[in-house]
Amino acid sequence: MSHRTVVPFGPQHPVLPEPIQLKLVCEGEKVIEVLPNIGYIHRGIEKGGEIKDFQQTLHLIERTCGICSFMHALAYAQGIEEMLKMEVPPRAKYLRVAWAELSRIHSHLLWLGLLADAIGFESLFMQFWKIREVVLDLFELTTGQRVIQSSCIIGGVRRDIDEITAARIKKDLDGVKRSLDELLPVLLEDYSLKTRTVGVGMLSKDQAMVLGAVGPTARASGVRQDLRLLNYLPYDKVGFEPITETAGDSYARALVRTKETYQSIGMVGKALDLAPKGELSVPVQGWPNGEVISRVEQPRGEVFYFIKGNNTRNLERLKIRTPTFANIPTLLVMMPGITMADVPVVVLSIDPCISCTER
Amino acid sequence: MSKMLSTILKNLFTKPATRKYPFEKRPNMKNSRGKITFDQSKCDHCGDCERICPAGAIKVLEKEKKIEYDPFRCIYCWVCAEHCLQKAIKAEEQYAPPAYNKTKLNFTPK
Repeated sequence: MSHRTVVPFGPQHPVLPEPIQLKLVCEGEKVIEVLPNIGYIHRGIEKGGEIKDFQQTLHLIERTCGICSFMHALAYAQGIEEMLKMEVPPRAKYLRVAWAELSRIHSHLLWLGLLADAIGFESLFMQFWKIREVVLDLFELTTGQRVIQSSCIIGGVRRDIDEITAARIKKDLDGVKRSLDELLPVLLEDYSLKTRTVGVGMLSKDQAMVLGAVGPTARASGVRQDLRLLNYLPYDKVGFEPITETAGDSYARALVRTKETYQSIGMVGKALDLAPKGELSVPVQGWPNGEVISRVEQPRGEVFYFIKGNNTRNLERLKIRTPTFANIPTLLVMMPGITMADVPVVVLSIDPCISCTER
Repeated sequence: MSKMLSTILKNLFTKPATRKYPFEKRPNMKNSRGKITFDQSKCDHCGDCERICPAGAIKVLEKEKKIEYDPFRCIYCWVCAEHCLQKAIKAEEQYAPPAYNKTKLNFTPK
């Protein structure tokens, strides 16, 4: 047996925006084994959710993640609505689709930029983030803030999107689509990107199933699993179809995300067209009682909420399992066999969001 | 590289995507959630805003007819402004200015 070295990767590393440590057991340049280690950024959001009023908790929940903050609020609101047996008005449902898909576009554009950055393509990274600004501006226009939207509340949504704004959203998203058409070939047909992603970080369909992978990580391995198929919002009306790839490498994961971005752009437009006129929200009556499980498809995969109420204004228990937590075990089979230089790209290919993971 | 040529040329002949921030500011979007102020002539010190505030940034002292507001605890969600029955909370589009010290603001009747 040759000499083995343990190289710590993180918790502070230029390619990692958030702290996670991977202990890489290496034989020369080759990674033999990997030991992920989390616990650097725990914030106690679950406990915080038990202290405040269940309506105030919504604003804390949104701060779980800076990218899918709308989706976290959506999952929590759906759970409480199910407990209180509330019927959300149809217009609110369509507006929720629009905002949720805008979040997905925002998240995937951010990720594509980070991928370009991870292979050292700085100028392309800037270009992707320039496009992303358009989506953030649309968030500010429609909800009032760029990152923490606070537009999804228990019982509906807080703000309406009028026709003029809807027209602007569609026009701006067309611009995003055109810019993407120009930029994506640069990324996806790039020789150095292909050499660093095609066939690297392999995850087979069986492994994805066994390890419980979710989201684009699972779909890139051929698992046709997307919670939007359950139509928790009217996704069947806006032309949703799960996108899968079969290769199971880092490149396939990039392809799934680019295709999803295009699909989401279409879904936002359709949701805004189809939204019927009517109420935006229904008033909250009563206190949450009983147990409920709420699941939502986030840009990174399935988020799982367990909410337990005891007929008081405070929740008894709140449990959040974010998609990255489910995707970290897949690194254990993706990493062995690759070289040290490919580690950042493979880690990035599951789109890790560590702050979410540790709540 | 050749595929990026059109983007490169476009960027070469267009204005920068960024602004020279302190000199050139972007106008705030309509209904952008910015700072809040309390109108003491309308306020009846019912304390609804204090109870509803998710961050605990507002303290209403009913006897002294005073409101203590901490802009550095505030998360600018505008829940208070939407729920105020007296419409005494004025919400603006301009974001709150940065400061060197975390000071609370006191609103008292004039």
